[in-house]
Amino acid sequence: MTYLTKPKLHHPTLKTNKVGYTRRDYEGKISTLCAGCGHDSISASIIQACWELDIQPHRVAKLSGIGCSSKTPDYFLGSSHGFNSVHGRMPSVLTGANLANRELIYLGVSGDGDSASIGIGQFAHIMRRGVNLTYVLENNGVYGLTKGQFSATADAGSKSKRGVINRDAPVDTVSLALQLGASYVARSFSGDKKQLVPLIKGAIAHQGAAFIDVVSPCVAFNNHEGSTKSYDHVREHNESVNRLDFWPTRDAIKVEYGEGTVIDLPQHDGSILRLRKIHAEYDPLDRVKALNYIAEHQAKGELVTGLLYIDPEADDLHAHLNTVDTPFNQLGAAELCPGTGPLEKLNASLR
Amino acid sequence: MKPTDIGAPDYFHKVVDCQWACPAHTPVPEYIRLIAAGRYDDAYMVNWKSNVFPGILGRTCDRPCEPACRRSRVEDAPAEEARGATAGAAREPVAICRLKRVAADNKGDIRARLPALPKKKNGKRVACVGAGPASLTVARDLAPHGYHVVVYDGDAKAGGMIRSQIPRFRLPEEVIDEEVGYILALGVEFRAGTRVDSMKALLAENYDAVFVGSGAPRGRDLDVPGRKEAAKHIHIGIDWLSSVSFGHIKKISKRVIVLGGGNTAMDCCRTSKRLGGEDVKVIVRSGFDEMKASPWEKEDAAHEGIPIINYLVPLEFTHAKGKLTGVTFEKVEARYDDKGRRSLKPTGEPHQHFECDEVLVAVGQENAFPWIEKDCGIAFDEWGMPVVDKITLQSSLARVYFGGDAAFGPKNIIWAVAHGHEAAVSIDKYCQGEDVARRPPPMVHLMSQKMGIHEWSYDNEVALDRRYKVPWRDAGQTLKNIKIEVEMGFDRATAFKEAERCLNCDVQTVFINAKCIECDACVDICPMDCISFTVNGEEPDLRARLSAPATNLTQDLYISGTLKTGRIMARDEDVCLHCGLCAERCPTGAWDMQKFLLEMTPAGPGCRSRAQKEEPVPA
Repeated sequence: MTYLTKPKLHHPTLKTNKVGYTRRDYEGKISTLCAGCGHDSISASIIQACWELDIQPHRVAKLSGIGCSSKTPDYFLGSSHGFNSVHGRMPSVLTGANLANRELIYLGVSGDGDSASIGIGQFAHIMRRGVNLTYVLENNGVYGLTKGQFSATADAGSKSKRGVINRDAPVDTVSLALQLGASYVARSFSGDKKQLVPLIKGAIAHQGAAFIDVVSPCVAFNNHEGSTKSYDHVREHNESVNRLDFWPTRDAIKVEYGEGTVIDLPQHDGSILRLRKIHAEYDPLDRVKALNYIAEHQAKGELVTGLLYIDPEADDLHAHLNTVDTPFNQLGAAELCPGTGPLEKLNASLR
Repeated sequence: MKPTDIGAPDYFHKVVDCQWACPAHTPVPEYIRLIAAGRYDDAYMVNWKSNVFPGILGRTCDRPCEPACRRSRVEDAPAEEARGATAGAAREPVAICRLKRVAADNKGDIRARLPALPKKKNGKRVACVGAGPASLTVARDLAPHGYHVVVYDGDAKAGGMIRSQIPRFRLPEEVIDEEVGYILALGVEFRAGTRVDSMKALLAENYDAVFVGSGAPRGRDLDVPGRKEAAKHIHIGIDWLSSVSFGHIKKISKRVIVLGGGNTAMDCCRTSKRLGGEDVKVIVRSGFDEMKASPWEKEDAAHEGIPIINYLVPLEFTHAKGKLTGVTFEKVEARYDDKGRRSLKPTGEPHQHFECDEVLVAVGQENAFPWIEKDCGIAFDEWGMPVVDKITLQSSLARVYFGGDAAFGPKNIIWAVAHGHEAAVSIDKYCQGEDVARRPPPMVHLMSQKMGIHEWSYDNEVALDRRYKVPWRDAGQTLKNIKIEVEMGFDRATAFKEAERCLNCDVQTVFINAKCIECDACVDICPMDCISFTVNGEEPDLRARLSAPATNLTQDLYISGTLKTGRIMARDEDVCLHCGLCAERCPTGAWDMQKFLLEMTPAGPGCRSRAQKEEPVPA
């Protein structure tokens, strides 16, 4: 951490986006995490993604639980709505908020402890309900705040900073999200912003449950030899299956790729996800094959990253519940409580 | 690109823009920090070592450091509403020059810290012609090492143009007396009122070396019709200024026209205002923006209600009965040819006539060496200037050196000081039988400023304050008395705030390849987007694809060796705030903030080759 606040001065060529903000306007308070923490890079990627998407900061709600990762919403989008919930309970608070106001952009930020241990149940249900959100799991494999014990996502056989070998099987949150019905599933690495920023943009544009597992090295407790979540290990074993480019509209597509297969995936909001395949055989539209592919490569010690699965036709919780288009928080007492007459009518129709 | 060699003294020196721009290479951030710490004596001595006349320069320097100051490249352009009347107020450099004055104004008695008189003379005799800043610098650098330095000047007191041409309302005489006095007290022999009329005679006195620092003493005249007829009321600017300085002239007529657009013209018009001139105007050939005068000097004149009228070329002095009645001008405009060269072309509008009672001609200065005989062995070029080596300042006669305005034509005090230092090194080497062309490298120190995990021995917080204005004394008061100084100098509290604007560019961000784990923490925290990790390439290509484009080609890129991932670190020096956040956020200490202190090697044993380092014992 630093004691200084980041100086307000900026590069003379710093640009403003369509809604009139510079990238610096999407920053939050100065991070109090350890120097070199991968989480800070993820914060920077979220900032970059929101700036590029011309999002108005007050249209975003960022929610988190407890942990190093869950502190980070304080360090980005300083002008957005925020809620720091109970440990592992971010999903239910977010679901409630989303039900009350479907118009905000929801950003759930969590860690491996928050999502894979204490909050694994909550995680499961927010995915299967298809809540329209971007769930960013900042995954470092250790409990940093309590000095580096293995978390539930630590790989079996990996070594702690003190030299202890982990004997327990890991929770693979990506496979879990796929099984539970998430409609946008990706994995990335905090040290690769070129991959991560478009994935966040795609997730925000996606109208359904979007999940990104971001491996984020803990420099203080999990960046040593024998760790499978260190900068060096991840760089060495990273198997990126595709590269994503995000285009806000169909007209905006400028770049044409000369080689490799390219798939364009139009989204509900009119934006285009353009995937450039790196592994030709990988099909991100097939949930079952994706699960197998991830499992096969995991067995080989490889970390599969990129956009792993997307359902372009996805819908969300509000579609499942057939709610009205107007957000609940904008409905008046008359609409929410129509009185005994309509109740009688309803009861009668069920008799 | 190849990895940057940070061992080369020039690399980090260039990052300290102010020091690099200063002809005498004064370590500016070093003394500004000392001022902020209230250590005025120390700040003064840092200056005294480099530029010899801190109190004088703190009021009159041409300040090449300020246009170079990084601060003016990093400040935000002010919001429209804040812009107000003075559009120039935006993005301003640190008031380096005026902070120097703060050190001079607030110091205590520093005499004990000046060099001690040498116990023994070394037997070498050096003559300096003219007692201006260049000669005095030579004297100061050589006298402490045992040289017998004799300074000749036609005036009664030493100081040269500092004393004769700079008006007292800009530079009080006490300041000149004090700083010139420090030098003369080093055992320098000053022959006042002794004008050197013959170089041959001087050479015949068998000096081991002669330094010519006689300035550019001739004011250029304006030979247009009426010049002779109205001669009584037309004066050459610099001559007139020195007559005012020495008290020979105490009055001027009510209506005065000053011709010329340089700093001398500004001194002339402001002086006229104080000697009875009521309707004083400056009329200049070029456009207002292209005038040679420093912007702040123009501003000072404007502040005293003096209009500056541009694009008028004087054609004729009008007169009646031997009395000047005015000046006729032709209106011109600036035209640019294909190569962007400017020429002034008549607009064809009717000529304009301005009435006046007296004219001051300040259209430039020239060198004059009537006293140097053609056959004394000193070569002159086709323009009548001595042939002088740009680095050693040696003339074609090995024991004769030139410096200041006498060497390359009119410049300013700080250049004269810089020449003086270099000439002193040459003279020292020459007198010790060394090759003057082998110049001593500067002394360079590079030291980590780390005190704790996020504690540095410099104040790394970046102040957002805009430049503070130096308070002016009330114009009603200053215009009545030519000896009352207009600028009052910063008080200590304001000086502290202004000093805090300094970005400490001498505290360098040093990158240590082997320690970097490429976590991006520095990239994320850098407020100026200076740092990039990317694949290497040629410079133009790299400059275009960094985190933020590096468009200022005068500023270097700091390139690391190849890192683990095969990429390199590329850092644009241009707008770095030296806030040290990259180093604070670095988990491995791959970034470190290290203070770079460069001191030019002065004359004396340090500038000599190894064999000669010992102070020679006089025979």
